[in-house]
Amino acid sequence: MPERCAVIGVGQTHHTAKRIDVSQAGLLREAALRALEDAGCQWSDIDAVVIGKAPDMFEGVMMPELFLAEALGCVGKPMFRVHTAGSVGGTTAIVASQLVKSGVHGRVLTVAYEKQSESNAMWALSIKIPFRQAIVAGAGGYFAPLIRGYMQRSKAPEDVGIRVALKDRQNALKNPYAHLKFPDIDFDQVANSPMLWDPIRYLETCPSSDGACALVIADEKHAAKAPKQPAWIQATAMRSEPTQFAGRDTVNPQASRDAADELWKKAEITNPREEIDCCEIYVPFSWFEPMWMESLRFAEEGSGWKMTYEGATALDGDLPVNMSGGVLSSNPIGASGMLRFAEAANQVRGEAGEHQVPGAKRALGHAYGGGSQFFSMWVVAQDPL
Amino acid sequence: MSDKEPVKSIITPTRTEYTYTPGPSAQRSLRALARGKLVGEICPSCNQVYYPPSGACARCGVATRDEVEVADKGTVTTYAIVRVPSENIDLELPYCTAHILLDGADIPFFGLIQECEWDAVRIGMRVEAVWKPESEWGLNAENIRYFRPTGEPDVPFEQFKEHL
Repeated sequence: MPERCAVIGVGQTHHTAKRIDVSQAGLLREAALRALEDAGCQWSDIDAVVIGKAPDMFEGVMMPELFLAEALGCVGKPMFRVHTAGSVGGTTAIVASQLVKSGVHGRVLTVAYEKQSESNAMWALSIKIPFRQAIVAGAGGYFAPLIRGYMQRSKAPEDVGIRVALKDRQNALKNPYAHLKFPDIDFDQVANSPMLWDPIRYLETCPSSDGACALVIADEKHAAKAPKQPAWIQATAMRSEPTQFAGRDTVNPQASRDAADELWKKAEITNPREEIDCCEIYVPFSWFEPMWMESLRFAEEGSGWKMTYEGATALDGDLPVNMSGGVLSSNPIGASGMLRFAEAANQVRGEAGEHQVPGAKRALGHAYGGGSQFFSMWVVAQDPL
Repeated sequence: MSDKEPVKSIITPTRTEYTYTPGPSAQRSLRALARGKLVGEICPSCNQVYYPPSGACARCGVATRDEVEVADKGTVTTYAIVRVPSENIDLELPYCTAHILLDGADIPFFGLIQECEWDAVRIGMRVEAVWKPESEWGLNAENIRYFRPTGEPDVPFEQFKEHL
């Protein structure tokens, strides 16, 4: 019988473009200390540490986990490093939860981060592949055609992406940790911002951030003694698929749909739109909100954009999405997935502050990575399943 | 710099060089490319044609085997107009990258579109390869400089919507 497990502590940094006042270790430690404090734990209470981050070339430091061990209090304890590209923050939290769920450990600290200012992610993602023409300009260059494919398939109005960006940027104003804040943001500002990778505009794009996120995940025995409401992990799911194969649906990948189906089944959810109170999903470019709403079965294929259009995904809608401002507002890549998982947990703990969805009892945290090929998601709730 | 200023960061440039082994399947394709031919491979299980071939069908999990020539003409299944510079990419901005489904292939690949106004690029547009002069051909995809519109009628989206 697997152990029940819950998030009992959440910590994050104030995400920003450059944290030159701290090292990578200092950045991580900041988030870790906040999570420990939130959980009412000391370093000595932690049985194991799981670290996640995106590709090493994003900072130009190979295997940074080797020098982070002591800053994270894992000397003499088990320590793991997880990597699944942009989804890694989510995957890292899931790996940590499995160490508890399996009964191996009672309390696990998990931390994810990126310090993008230390290198150039666009450079790291635009490598010259031997024997091929170098033309794909970073993540935006890769994802822009997929977004256009979605627009063509769904016949969605052209301003859906603008509306998503406006909503997320307004939500970010309520989140003290968010990186990008535009106090007077309006529709026209987003609409008139320059096209970077047409059809993606500047203000429909995520920033490059320095930041970290940490969680303390505990078994039932320790969760019962936690000072705050635990976020019980009701279900987790992960899937991957190759970047390229004939017949691959790059707009709505099989791996994404399969992971969602498994997640809802494990959480005993038959109608996600009705049974989930709010979502934090990985939207690095605005149009991915409707794309993932469909893939996650919240909307029929081709109609995810209607949720945005009708205000369903707004903070006061019937299924608020990215209440924190999302990846569009803060993107320390390796931490971005964990931030989604953490924000979902904070919602059901009633700890989301100004961007709290009133009465949220069950929430989805979601991340994706690579060329839309790695998917990680979890359902957290006020009560265990 | 005074002694009192804190040392906050240093710059240490990183460079990576590597030896890449393309494998037998890509080698065959590259040798054909050096003769001006686009040669893909067929999955024996699902009969889908891969270009460029990587040696296996990731969907079926089996090695591709039989070679087949595909056309240097195809259809734009989706695209982006890139307006931001990237350090490793030596192209004048803006430029158009497209998923191009070559005639005879079952998987689109990333290609460059030129000789076309940016607002005239369309999903479904027919394009053809513009090759470098034969004397400059080598074991490289850059033998094809870019693709340009053929002027043929567009292909309806329904016919390739599974190949975005």
